[in-house]
Amino acid sequence: MQLSVWTYEGPPHVGAMRVATAMRGVHYLLHAPQGDTYADLLFTMIERRNARPPVTYTTFQARDLGKDTADLFQRAARDAYARFDPQVMLVGSSCTAELIQDDPAGMAEAMRLPCPVVPLELPSYSRKENWGAGETFYQIVRHIADRDVRPAPRDGRKPLINILGPAALGFRHRDDVREVRGILDRLGIEVNCVAPLGASPADIARIGAADFNIVLYPEIGDSAARWLEREFKQPRTKTIPIGVGATREFIAEVAALAGVDPEPVLADGESRMPWWSRSVDSTYLTGKRVFVFGDATHAVAAARVAKEELGFEVVGLGCYNREFAREVREAAKLYGVEPLITDDHLEVEDAIAAAVPELVLGTQMERHIAKRQGVPCAVISSPVHVQDFPARHSPQMGFEGANVLFDTWVHPLVMGLEEHLLTMFREDFEFSDDAGASHLAAHSPSRHAELVSASSVPKAPAIQEEDWTPEQVRGDDEDALWTAEAERELKKIPFFVRGKAKRNTESFAAEQGRAAIDLETLYDAKAHYAR
Amino acid sequence: MKADAFSLPADSGCGAPPEREVLRERGQREVFCGLTGIVWLHRKMQDAFFLVVGSRTCAHLLQSAAGVMIFAEPRFATAIIEERDLAGMADCHEELDRVVDRLLARRPEIRQLFLVGSCPSEVIKLDLGKAAERLGAKHAGQVRILNYSGSGIETTFTEGEDACLASLVPVMPASAPDAAPQLLLVGSLPDIVEDQFLRLFAQLGIENVGVLPARTADGLPAVGPNTRILLAQPFLGETAQALEGRGARRIDAPFPFGAEGTTAWLKAAAQAFGIDEMHANSVIAPGRERAKRALEHHREKLTGTRISFLPDSQLEVPLARFLASELGMEPVEVGTPYLNRKLVARDLEQLPESTRISEGQDVDRQLDRVRADRPDLTVCGLGLANPLEAEGLSTKWAIELVFSPIHGFEQAGDLAELFARPLRRRDVLQV
Repeated sequence: MQLSVWTYEGPPHVGAMRVATAMRGVHYLLHAPQGDTYADLLFTMIERRNARPPVTYTTFQARDLGKDTADLFQRAARDAYARFDPQVMLVGSSCTAELIQDDPAGMAEAMRLPCPVVPLELPSYSRKENWGAGETFYQIVRHIADRDVRPAPRDGRKPLINILGPAALGFRHRDDVREVRGILDRLGIEVNCVAPLGASPADIARIGAADFNIVLYPEIGDSAARWLEREFKQPRTKTIPIGVGATREFIAEVAALAGVDPEPVLADGESRMPWWSRSVDSTYLTGKRVFVFGDATHAVAAARVAKEELGFEVVGLGCYNREFAREVREAAKLYGVEPLITDDHLEVEDAIAAAVPELVLGTQMERHIAKRQGVPCAVISSPVHVQDFPARHSPQMGFEGANVLFDTWVHPLVMGLEEHLLTMFREDFEFSDDAGASHLAAHSPSRHAELVSASSVPKAPAIQEEDWTPEQVRGDDEDALWTAEAERELKKIPFFVRGKAKRNTESFAAEQGRAAIDLETLYDAKAHYAR
Repeated sequence: MKADAFSLPADSGCGAPPEREVLRERGQREVFCGLTGIVWLHRKMQDAFFLVVGSRTCAHLLQSAAGVMIFAEPRFATAIIEERDLAGMADCHEELDRVVDRLLARRPEIRQLFLVGSCPSEVIKLDLGKAAERLGAKHAGQVRILNYSGSGIETTFTEGEDACLASLVPVMPASAPDAAPQLLLVGSLPDIVEDQFLRLFAQLGIENVGVLPARTADGLPAVGPNTRILLAQPFLGETAQALEGRGARRIDAPFPFGAEGTTAWLKAAAQAFGIDEMHANSVIAPGRERAKRALEHHREKLTGTRISFLPDSQLEVPLARFLASELGMEPVEVGTPYLNRKLVARDLEQLPESTRISEGQDVDRQLDRVRADRPDLTVCGLGLANPLEAEGLSTKWAIELVFSPIHGFEQAGDLAELFARPLRRRDVLQV
């Protein structure tokens, strides 16, 4: 058993729902107990969909257990078919139904429903949401794709491709698709189908007509794309176009596969991000310590943007989906950091605290961890809350996506001038330890008044230098001894660099074998680490 | 399982009204399971921790239902059953012990721990009762360990609170046989509402008042033949039965929504304790007048509007009674996941004859009826609200009624506002 307060991913049948909800003409019959319908509200509330997800639940109760549940399943299947008239039915079990050992696939087959039925085997006790989505999409493609459909001869026609991976409840999938379609348009490439988002079973049947596949989200699209590569000899793209550099590589990769000229699109210079990042206003971003966590695809892409396009220093990189851990491990080598592969948010919290970043890029969970630790944060990956399904166009991919990334990531940071002012007026009460980051002030407005009044009250008398004993100056770190004077000086350093200063000074003191950290040591360390 | 209906007890003093016809349906149910009750119960019981023994789905449900609260180091968690736990039962108990030890070591301030059963733990027949006993003995003196089931196969939404409170009944101290009469207020209420009621009982002259659930483990009230129970929530059938099993007797009353509901509820208690009627009226009058004034603000907007309830919390019948009798709304269909005729008898009898009462659900058929009825307002869950809005039907999402202070005189206006707001918004929007 795993003790868990917060999960990065739902169970695999939620992944299946994300695929079913993304598509048209598909209905998912889920053998599940009463209560599992809670998942509907992820779609109707977080993604704000205007229709119920195309899912029928058998919602069995205790009194149904026994042979009745099979009967219930078949009745639900008949009713769902009659009411929704789907072109394809998905059938499967949730975690509880998996235990009662009804066989949805067998039962559905025995019923001879007048539409194709795709059975889903989603092991709920070992797999999770992303895997469920990827597996479901793969099974749909495998069952529905017409093997006789192949690309027409080129004969001067435009290249034709599929876009694989976007789904319901995907972080910015809606806008990413629009962005990528724009790039393809300008390259003169036509889209055969986008799937699962917006695709019908008929579209899936004709998936073989494309020359190759563009995989936007490997978590969901990769299994199907690999199968299509084997069975239909359709090549697949491997670059994820998040960030300016990756977008350029993506354009080159796609153009090469399509046999078209990438130069007109590359020369476009549509993104403002490179200039924004080069402008002197951004100089203060150089070397800012950033911790990156999310799903593997977004985390790896974000780390690259952070390092190469914003000039940050990547001090942590990790993902929660083990299936793509290899990609994260390889990327972590580029930045010389230890990869963090875990779905335990407490481990992530500890890792963030240890890395002392100045910016966290992560999921909704890291947003809250960062808030607790008083570190600025931006969201780069699912799981996310309703505010990250925005009304405005807000892609992560392509050149406009890079613009969005720049704005989103820089916004939570303290502005450059503000940073200078803080260093000049170091005892500013608004930026004391207690005040936290300025962008979080809205969460504790009363602190301001308290701090103002506190600053006018004489403080408790400071310990005289000569009086200090090791006990009085013992810091958080068991081995580091700070003198009272040095500790006061440390507190004058703005909070967003103080953690780094403290850590650097302590390791410097340890290296030099100094017993106590006094003012001298603090400034020696500062000189030592000066960049 | 529960019986489908209770017959009215002979001594209920209301004659035997003809039993209302109820539409009973069975099909897909779009409802929460009882685990959801943890979201408000853990805030009410301040030294309790709720450990769900279930699957990743259970953890995901709690996280989705608890929204943003989950980040505040909440006092609930899920012990997620993994593949290897399913291999052997013995391991499963060892694993559970390990998880509980780790949890209690990390949260030494916890005084009551609820092991909460889920669908998976019920289906694999993991004996949480035995586990609670075993762990209770191990951690005796520090933590009280209880268990109940919040599984979807057994409980619907608020029934989770019923199961939780019922699990507390056996550990309530027994009151002395010759103890003074005691009033027991049952059902978790927001602290502010609970305090209002306690002040009113004190003013009425009812001195000995216990509250279930208590805010802390050692505040658990006593129970015995001298106890009269007053339910604050309609979904507490199992708890009421367990309390009656310990000799307590229930005071028959409508539920305290609105000026009239609260008045009748308080008066029923006053009567049971032999409080002078004149005195009771004088205590109740100021609050009742305030409530009526507050309701007046919303009457114009709500009178004559038609409302349908989809089943959710069992609050539907009392709330429909409030809206119909105090605000002039017309309940078209009142759906409830489970109709406990005995507990809601006083509210049920006040619903207009024309109102269709339904118990259970076949959600697609029920939605067909909503589309045919076209009520001005539909009370439903979050999975249905936006889709119905998109079809042009105004909705009020139901769980807000469980998470907001709505009982009693001072909240009557707020309760009406919850229903008036979506209608006002519909009128105000120009896009």
